[in-house]
Amino acid sequence: MSNRRFAITAFVVAIALIGASLAIENAYFFTAAYGVLVFVILATAWNILGGYTGYVNFGTPAFFAIGAYTTVFLYNAFQAPLIVDIVCGTAVAGLAGLAVGYLTLRLRGVFFAIATLALAVVMLTFVVNWEYVGGARGAYVITRGDAPFGFASWKHYLYVVIAVLATVAIVVARLLERSKIGRGLAAIRDDELAAECAGVPTLRLKLLSAATSCGLMGMAGTTYPYFYAYTEPLSIFSLSYAVNSIAMPMIGGMTSWVGPLIGALLLGTLQQLVQVTIASDLNLLITGLLLVLFVTLAPNGILGWFDAWKRRRKR
Amino acid sequence: MAGVLLQASGVTKHFGGFYALDKVDLEVREGERLGLIGPNGSGKTTLVNCITGTLRHDEGTVRFNGHDISRLATHGRIRLGLARSFQIPKPFASMSVVDNLRVPLLYAASAHAGAAKVSEARSREEAMVILREVGLEEKAEERSGGLTQVDMRKLELARAMASRPKLLISDEAMAGLSSSEVDDIITLLLKMKDRGVAVIMIEHIMRAVMRFSERVAVLDAGKKIADGSPQEVVANPDVQRAYLGE
Amino acid sequence: MDSALFLNAVVAGLLLAGFYAAVAVGISISFGMLDVVNIAHPGFIILGSYVALMVHQWLGVDPIAISVVLSPLFFVLGMALYRVFYLAFERRGQESLRGLAFFFGILFITEVVLILIYGVDYQLVKTAYSETVWRLGEVGFPLRLLVPCVVSVVMVLGVQLFLNRTFFGRAVLAVSQDQLALRIMGVNPVKVKELAFALSIATAGVAGAFLIVIQPVQPSIGREFIGLAFAICVLGGLGSLYGTLVGAVILGVAESFTATYFGPSWAPAVSFGLLLLTLAFRPAGLFGR
Repeated sequence: MSNRRFAITAFVVAIALIGASLAIENAYFFTAAYGVLVFVILATAWNILGGYTGYVNFGTPAFFAIGAYTTVFLYNAFQAPLIVDIVCGTAVAGLAGLAVGYLTLRLRGVFFAIATLALAVVMLTFVVNWEYVGGARGAYVITRGDAPFGFASWKHYLYVVIAVLATVAIVVARLLERSKIGRGLAAIRDDELAAECAGVPTLRLKLLSAATSCGLMGMAGTTYPYFYAYTEPLSIFSLSYAVNSIAMPMIGGMTSWVGPLIGALLLGTLQQLVQVTIASDLNLLITGLLLVLFVTLAPNGILGWFDAWKRRRKR
Repeated sequence: MAGVLLQASGVTKHFGGFYALDKVDLEVREGERLGLIGPNGSGKTTLVNCITGTLRHDEGTVRFNGHDISRLATHGRIRLGLARSFQIPKPFASMSVVDNLRVPLLYAASAHAGAAKVSEARSREEAMVILREVGLEEKAEERSGGLTQVDMRKLELARAMASRPKLLISDEAMAGLSSSEVDDIITLLLKMKDRGVAVIMIEHIMRAVMRFSERVAVLDAGKKIADGSPQEVVANPDVQRAYLGE
Repeated sequence: MDSALFLNAVVAGLLLAGFYAAVAVGISISFGMLDVVNIAHPGFIILGSYVALMVHQWLGVDPIAISVVLSPLFFVLGMALYRVFYLAFERRGQESLRGLAFFFGILFITEVVLILIYGVDYQLVKTAYSETVWRLGEVGFPLRLLVPCVVSVVMVLGVQLFLNRTFFGRAVLAVSQDQLALRIMGVNPVKVKELAFALSIATAGVAGAFLIVIQPVQPSIGREFIGLAFAICVLGGLGSLYGTLVGAVILGVAESFTATYFGPSWAPAVSFGLLLLTLAFRPAGLFGR
């Protein structure tokens, strides 16, 4: 299926699903679905640099936070409309990814990974010390009046927004994956030196991948302040975003856009269930254990199982 | 008389106090078949790495097709028309055999193809053509990570050919192969002549070098000690000493 | 400029540096010499802190004394961890991306388990000398910093001596350079790496016991130490323990000055800043191979 046809199909399917789901009576559904859809974006974004290009990013919270805090900043400064928040948050996060990439992607992948880990800590420090966006105390973003476009509530509206953004993320990922750039990224992942010797401009492509990946992570955070009303560092920089953005693609499968989607839907739903039945910290432990188990025993994830099953059937 | 394609002058590379290359001059003309030989550790692969840009040389210049490429990144040099295969094959293991070739077709070959730029859609056809030439078309859809030794060597060369180079450097493509497999590889490389592609063949298998090369250069301990026709070089006492000792 | 403040900042930095060297020496071994990116290392430090806390609460013994006794425990833990890593990743040649994710998962799990058991409150161990401060003129030497510093330096120098003087130690240095030569000498490089990695984890456990004497500890501060440990090793140069010491001094003093003149909440940014600068301008570090 060509990329153009895929994009159209994806949006049609998304709009159909969104439309149907708006009929659901249970208000909790929208909160849970919002959470899962944020993970769909984060997992898909992470996989662009991780699965497609082979560079591990441990600093998802940093870029997610950039998206969220750009919104807080714009809200405090200009009462900016949501679309401005989304565009700016994505852009700033993308630039940050580009900057970190420029400094570290010329070296081994390991150094990029460590730099992202350290970046998350530094972003936290920065945010905690910046009173204008609330510092350690946190910031409130109040939604005023009725939800736009006649939606039943702001939560409904934001749910639709995040669902659309998730579709955008998936389309972007697929666009990259099935293109000349995608082949270049895969070559870099498989053997960077051989890729250079095949004429692939590795640094340029890595930077593109980093900027896109981090930008999308920022995009995932831009609606957070509106949805949860209260934005504070401890929740934004939560362990959950850090580990899930890696665990979901790894468990789902890293070779295509389908993997992160599967991983996010499965793991995200599982976590929502565990959260309401058992304690929430146990939630994280289960995720961590699943990550280690999959990485050790099933490195190609669920997609890998499916591929192996297909191959076995052919014989 | 064909023009000079590659001109390495005074190329020097040292690691601390150890000189891997010491003022090496090497010239290759368009369409020429040059054999590059020398005992283990004499600097052959280091020279290749300096020519392709994997390593930065410390002194000297490298000119290709009229440009000074000393400061160009590897992919830039490749896009000008250089290509190399690796001693130990480095396939894009997650891709099929045919997809391996599409990468250099899309990136390297397209760069100097002008009007004949390869599109994403056509790259598969073009890749199959090359696979047919090297005899790998049956294995086109197989995962490149699981090939036999000789098939991997062929894939290495096919990938280098896919960048449609003007100069192809083959780094010990025949090591460990059987006699008939060696002949296969020689035939492949000889076909390059028909396309006007110059070849530098680095090998230890003397009969292959003798059969293939118009000219032979010899490196020993980082220095070039001989450069001439195969017969001259073989008779050269310095060369004999380098290989056999005093 | 207030000279007392300045001198105290320098001294605090130096005392911290000794401890930071103990934190970084494990990374210097696992990453610098064995090429294993064990980003879970700080998790083991924090684990060491909590184990020391637990034993202290149970027996009342000084954590630093406990750590020496507990280091074999962490040694064995390190051996087990390396064995899993080797079997799952290194042997298959997939250590880069998956190995990183594996260690991240381990780091994550240790943090969450500690949160589940101990909660997120800060814990500190007060020893007999925690409140004592030796004075030399205007400069104070808090014993809770001085004692761990001295013991840390002893440990690091001990490791350095071990690596340089014993056969096993030199095998470790060799394993990063030429595994084939080792095999020819009848030494199993995998076993060497396993024991060296175990040593690095043992140092982590010991450093953890020091940490909980120096400052309050809670499960998530492990991640703050990652930037620190790698910054020190990269700055000093991977594979050089001497470089690690120098890197620790630079970082310790820089952090101390930042805390003194800009406020302690900016301290974590220092290690990151230094790490980025080093990676951008001199990735081999000061004394790197």
